[in-house]
Amino acid sequence: MSNRLSPRGVLALVALRTVNSLSRATGRGSGTVAGGRVGLAIYPKLLSELSKHRDIILVSATNGKTTTTALSVAGWSNNVATNATGANMPAGHVAALAASKATSAVLETDEAWLPAVIESTNPKVVVLLNLSRDQLDRATEVRAIAERWRAALSECSKGLVVVANANDPLVAYASEVVNDVRWCDIETTWTADAVSCPKCTQSITRSENAWSCSCGFAKQHCTTRVDGNEVSVAENSFHVQLSIPGQFNVGNAAMAATALQVIGVEPSKSLMSMRSISGIAGRFSVRSWQGRKLHMLLAKNPAGFDTLLKSLSPESEEIWIAINARVADGKDPSWLYDVSFEQLQGRKVWCLGDRRLDLATRLDLAKVSYEVVDDLNSLPSPSSTIELIANYTAFSDWMQRSTP
Amino acid sequence: MKIALIYPELLGTYGDYGNALALSERSLRRGIHAEVLRVAITDDLPEADLYLLGGGEDGPQRLAADLLRKSPLRQRVANGAHVFAVCAGLQILGTSFSVEGDDAYEGLSLVDVATTRGEVRSVGELFSQVGQNKLVGFENHGGVTSLGKDIAPLGSVLYGRGNDGHHDGFVTDQIWATYAHGPVLAMNPWLCDEVIAKVTGTKLSPLSTVADKLYEERVTSLSSR
Repeated sequence: MSNRLSPRGVLALVALRTVNSLSRATGRGSGTVAGGRVGLAIYPKLLSELSKHRDIILVSATNGKTTTTALSVAGWSNNVATNATGANMPAGHVAALAASKATSAVLETDEAWLPAVIESTNPKVVVLLNLSRDQLDRATEVRAIAERWRAALSECSKGLVVVANANDPLVAYASEVVNDVRWCDIETTWTADAVSCPKCTQSITRSENAWSCSCGFAKQHCTTRVDGNEVSVAENSFHVQLSIPGQFNVGNAAMAATALQVIGVEPSKSLMSMRSISGIAGRFSVRSWQGRKLHMLLAKNPAGFDTLLKSLSPESEEIWIAINARVADGKDPSWLYDVSFEQLQGRKVWCLGDRRLDLATRLDLAKVSYEVVDDLNSLPSPSSTIELIANYTAFSDWMQRSTP
Repeated sequence: MKIALIYPELLGTYGDYGNALALSERSLRRGIHAEVLRVAITDDLPEADLYLLGGGEDGPQRLAADLLRKSPLRQRVANGAHVFAVCAGLQILGTSFSVEGDDAYEGLSLVDVATTRGEVRSVGELFSQVGQNKLVGFENHGGVTSLGKDIAPLGSVLYGRGNDGHHDGFVTDQIWATYAHGPVLAMNPWLCDEVIAKVTGTKLSPLSTVADKLYEERVTSLSSR
């Protein structure tokens, strides 16, 4: 790509690659974000330049953006640039595009950064999955994000296509300003952040498969639908078999296939290729720890947690939950009270992580039996696979502790 | 005890359901009948012994204030009902508050306090001295609240901001208010019991739960800052 860059862009790219190879050599991580930061510092328009002449899909949401990005990459072709897990701000995007000559890119994008990244990358498609409360101690409250998305999308070029979850009123509010929206009817269990209308704050009325407000704002007609493992995109139905669990992931795949169809990839082909995804940075994978099998499940916020708890099989006997409240998790664990742990009544939870007492207090009030684990050596050793649900840094602690 | 959780869809941003849950559970475990009534914005305000107000974003906070001004809440309090409010709920109880800009928005005037917008948002753990006890919690707000001369603060701030960096919340004969949001009553079992005892007029038997350990852990952690 560098032959298309301005002299300043080339200089920034050289600096970025130097930093990346240095940080890899000194063992300070994969270096992608550090290099991206340096590149952007030298040349703030680097992301715009690197985005030229590429077909770009942006994926943003509170939950599911990493998985949907991975599914979109798998469904597209063999040569797609994409950002490393978690590096979903411009420095990560710059690093991903600088490292690849591919003319196709799928970029997972942080919710708050989406407006700026749309402006820099001029994407073909923006995929918007959902918006809900997440890390309120360091992020903006969720309705304000919907408002910013809407403002950014209303300034976009006519050619932009938005693939939007029609069951999330906040996503619908942000997306409706775009001419070409592909509305998707996918399972959306979390509704607590859009009980009042994003347009007029009156109460939203819900029925089984619809929602509306007295101001006229209502669910749109959908061209992508999901029923169990059947996905239909623009009147064509496909049977989907993913290697990752959960009805919510079938919805993610349906939205990825809808985005890829805009680019010109047939859903029959893309959905088939998505089967190759069996775990994303450890998520949904089964790992070993001291003779136990751990099913690694990441849940970072109430909507993600609720969705995951609902998808737990009744046969999964052992449930371990690890909660931290470090900076990357959000330092306020109040959100535990927004998760309906009541659905675990009759089962037992082993409480792990820095904030295991916060979790135990929540479970006690939910009348779920629990054990507070101060010493990991006291954990049981069942023969069955353990469902380990952890939030961000707790997940990463357990990834380090366990082996593939 | 009837506990009315007011407009959770507007005032329920930070796990505020935790307070209703802690109040009802800690009552029920002592054999005190307790029920939680969730009040939707389309509902009439039910009769209750205790009204709970949670935290909320700017738009919903304004709407909640509009609805409550028209509701019989003031009348109910005049007739003896109690109120426990946090964060946006605290601000709504006063004479005025400001959201989205600096315009003063009309509150319920149940208490002589007023809230203006501070220069910075205050986000982090809140730790205060309330009588012989400590209060632990988390705050996330941009308000600066000043108390009228006859209004007593709930606590003295040891860490965090509360109303103004010195005091947190307020307390009257029937009303408690704090900037510590969400599950503050789940995290501070002594305060939860104080509210139950006051509202029901009963002396409570001791109740030991894992919340005591959580409370001790937070007090220890915050005392060292």
